[in-house]
Amino acid sequence: MDTLTSRETGPGPGALGPAVRSAGVAARDSYGRLLALLAASTSDLAGAEDALADAFERALRTWPSQGVPSHPDAWLLTVARNRLRDQWKSAQVRRAVPLDAGCDALAHVDDIDVDAIPDRRLELMLVCAHPAIERAVRTPLMLNTVLGFTAEQVGRAFSVPPSTMATRLVRAKKRIKVAGIPFRVPDRADLPARMTSVLEAVYGAHVIDWATGPQARQLPSEALHLAEVLATLVPADPEVRGLAALIELSAARAPARVDASGRFVPLADQDPSLWDPDLISRAHEHLRAAHARGQLGRFQLEAAIQAVHCARGRDGTTDWPALLTLHRILHSVAPSLGSSAALAAVTAEVDGPVAGLATLDALLAEAGPSARLFQPAKATRAHLLDRLGRQQEAVAAYDSAISLTQDPAERQYLEHCRERARRR
Amino acid sequence: MRYALLMHYREPGEGEISEEAITEAQEAFGAYGRALESAGVLLSADVLQPSAATTTVTCRDGGLRVQDGPFAETKEALAGIFMLEVPDLDAAIGWAEKCPGAQWGVLEVRPTATAFVDGAWTR
Repeated sequence: MDTLTSRETGPGPGALGPAVRSAGVAARDSYGRLLALLAASTSDLAGAEDALADAFERALRTWPSQGVPSHPDAWLLTVARNRLRDQWKSAQVRRAVPLDAGCDALAHVDDIDVDAIPDRRLELMLVCAHPAIERAVRTPLMLNTVLGFTAEQVGRAFSVPPSTMATRLVRAKKRIKVAGIPFRVPDRADLPARMTSVLEAVYGAHVIDWATGPQARQLPSEALHLAEVLATLVPADPEVRGLAALIELSAARAPARVDASGRFVPLADQDPSLWDPDLISRAHEHLRAAHARGQLGRFQLEAAIQAVHCARGRDGTTDWPALLTLHRILHSVAPSLGSSAALAAVTAEVDGPVAGLATLDALLAEAGPSARLFQPAKATRAHLLDRLGRQQEAVAAYDSAISLTQDPAERQYLEHCRERARRR
Repeated sequence: MRYALLMHYREPGEGEISEEAITEAQEAFGAYGRALESAGVLLSADVLQPSAATTTVTCRDGGLRVQDGPFAETKEALAGIFMLEVPDLDAAIGWAEKCPGAQWGVLEVRPTATAFVDGAWTR
């Protein structure tokens, strides 16, 4: 991920050398942190963004000639704060909340320790996932504000025209300011529900990853980054750790998901030596920390399932009975179309395709009409019919699965399976 | 920030609600009003007469037009207005949740854009 690429207004990195690279590092590491600090007292994200963009622009203009300041973050924060103050003065708006003292002049920049200022990114994430914000815009808003992706980049990931995405983001930010959504961690009574929507919004970034497929991905590892940021902010929440582990384990397998010629490789056929061992061990750390809290939840279960799959890299086999147990618990804790399709697929591995198909049909009948457009359910159904030798039905099921598949590599794979079924 | 909690619910028909239920609701609203006041967030609280008592006034078509009945006929009618001064939306939502009207209707939580206070429109 390179946040600054989209924000650069000056010449390319080659021309400006270390100054631009420094600005790049500052942008990547601190964009969300600085934005959260700037917006926290007023809930004015748009104003904070403008101020921060000005600060970055000034950095690109002055650092090459004057040198990179010893504390780039503090420099950016101070310039942006001064910029905000100018905005307020010019708008002649009386401020209800005083600015933090001590950042008045650039001369004091070296005294500011940004790491000593509380990190407000959790508050920012809570704002993005606030119940007063439309559900569909929560994930885009997080990617845009916490990680600094542009409306164009976010729009591409969500297959929405950039101008539409920009309008949605602007509207959401205006709403945050006008409605008075606070940058504050809610009290104990409200926190669990609010954290759930934060987790869902981060998970939303993970789901678009896979839906668009690794080739079409325009925002590499954005969900990973969001989840890891969240885990550093709330290390004691087992579901936060579980989500980080889940996304790391999925990301670890990404290199094996497509073969050398760009074809989709299903999990069972993937070469474990291509899985990323660092990501897997980071995920296990999260899972250990989560399990130590003794509080089971949906994301920990999903991560545990991924961990069992990843254990094939170590043991060479897959523990299907363990997977079946985990899938059954997951389906009872958090029933969804996804958990239904996965439970049916695992049932087929343990008890055979007949049992798998019966489970799938029963669960989908329960889920109602929305299940008809659910790609994983169609794909699972096709594979099971194929294994049962019911070729005609399998071909028809592959047809509908293919029509619902967005990822070109996966579509190609399903087309290949359909051809094979036809020829039998 | 100033917020209006706009309480809406389906207006009950004549005699639809028992005396006991009315007394119970009055007590609940009494406790709610006292809670708002003692928290120091209450600017005003009004529960309205049914929309049958409404008169609609406009001059937008030239002359004065006075009509009986509400501006828009809706299933759920505006039934009460609570004006609060609280720090943020979360606080306003918290008070809306405690309003007895939320048990059988909906509360719209709307921030004030500008209010006439001490002789001038202020933000």
